Amino acid sequence: MEIPKSFLGYKRENGRAGTRNHVIILPVDDISNACAEAVANNIKGTIALPHSYGRLQFGADLELHFRTMIGTGSNPNVAAVIVIGIEPKWTKRIVDGIAKTGKPVEGFHIERTGDIGTVMKASKKAQELVMWASEKQREECPISDLWISVKCGESDTTSGLASNPTVGNLMDKLEPLGVHLCFGETSELTGAEKVCATRGATKEASDKFMKTWSAYNDFILKEATDDLSESQPTAGNIAGGLTTIEEKAFGNFQKIGNCKFVDVLEPAEEPKKGKGLYFMDTSSAAAECVTLQAAAGFNIHLFPTGQGNIVGNPIEPVIKLTANPLTVNSMGEHIDCDVSKILSKEMNLSEAGDELIKTTLKVANGRLTCAEALGHREFVMTKLYRSA
Amino acid sequence: MRLIYKILKNSNKQIDTILMATDIIIHDQKDNVGVVVIEKITPKQDCKCWIMENDSTINIQSADEIPLGHKIAMIDLKEGDTILKYGHDIGKVVKAIKKGEHVHVHNVKTKKW
Repeated sequence: MEIPKSFLGYKRENGRAGTRNHVIILPVDDISNACAEAVANNIKGTIALPHSYGRLQFGADLELHFRTMIGTGSNPNVAAVIVIGIEPKWTKRIVDGIAKTGKPVEGFHIERTGDIGTVMKASKKAQELVMWASEKQREECPISDLWISVKCGESDTTSGLASNPTVGNLMDKLEPLGVHLCFGETSELTGAEKVCATRGATKEASDKFMKTWSAYNDFILKEATDDLSESQPTAGNIAGGLTTIEEKAFGNFQKIGNCKFVDVLEPAEEPKKGKGLYFMDTSSAAAECVTLQAAAGFNIHLFPTGQGNIVGNPIEPVIKLTANPLTVNSMGEHIDCDVSKILSKEMNLSEAGDELIKTTLKVANGRLTCAEALGHREFVMTKLYRSA
Repeated sequence: MRLIYKILKNSNKQIDTILMATDIIIHDQKDNVGVVVIEKITPKQDCKCWIMENDSTINIQSADEIPLGHKIAMIDLKEGDTILKYGHDIGKVVKAIKKGEHVHVHNVKTKKW
């Protein structure tokens, strides 16, 4: 198949391109959710991104909070942002961070005004921004403007056999075209970590990966009260035939095809070394991982599933694929790309990779994903430790 | 019946595909387990296995009922043996397994954690 050289995206002020044109209402902290949701309810076409944190955090945990907030607002799938927080200082820090992209952003703080006054002021601005954004047209953008993140979930053995290798095939075909790619799930590489480390493009990248994996593994060993058999693999994984974390890890690892990773990213850290594949240190929980990848600037997500994970994200469209025919039959409304014919040998891996590229481009051009149509907007902040 | 299949095989690509279909897929030649890729296999079923790595086919008779996605032992395995899948170590045998039996959490455990 000849791969299209372009897609129709929204060109942003900083040179990036979006696959979506969202105007978001971003609460800085948990207690500003009500205000943000009220604004999004008032002004049609905007979306609020409520979450659970943002108060009394400190150190690396607070830095991650800001990085996730600023990164989410800066993502090219977002045209403009309203930031609402309880206090002015942290609100301003997020506004200033997002403003570096050149996109319209305005902050409101609730203290000394109250919810009702803040909702009124923020709604007026949100209306102006959403009407401005609605004039934006899709334009032809080079395929290298796609930043593709991947993460699998509710995996079973069909994931490692077929749907994850399909993503790997797509990576092998798109990497030479200059796209940015990202995989994560540090804990779910356990058992395959040494093999994964050999896929660093440089010794520096390989060493950084082993250091990152070891730190995560030490944390798990420190906190674990049993053998993690209920969490890794999950009950769903086990029902699907996955027996151990090692088996899950080697299946997971199929997603990167033959690509080598150029760098290891902190959670929600924007890649800085140009095109190519990056590894990000993330949890393996679906919504947490996708939220971090979206905050790093990735504008389209591929999510292979076995037993049928249903996750979505408010700003980054999540494309789901499966090779499990039972999942296609029982929960087809969640599946954007069916590659189950690989198992019956009616489709080979390259044909499946081509199908996934076609689906990815359709979604990049504006076709809704199943998760978008079904209203899945899971926005889950990663928290590193307890607040002060 | 065989003759009809043969004629159809030569004239109809779809039938050809069905004849090629497999019950079990094995990732790597070195693997000692395979994955069931049909809805289920039943005890004493003669199963066709496709080894992806070298595109070869072998046969095995199942001992247990094994559902889609679950693993079958391709050889006899004793306690302490290593399970190989993708050509790599994915865990240890904690209860002896006979060729053709179901391989899962009841007889295999992680070597990590």
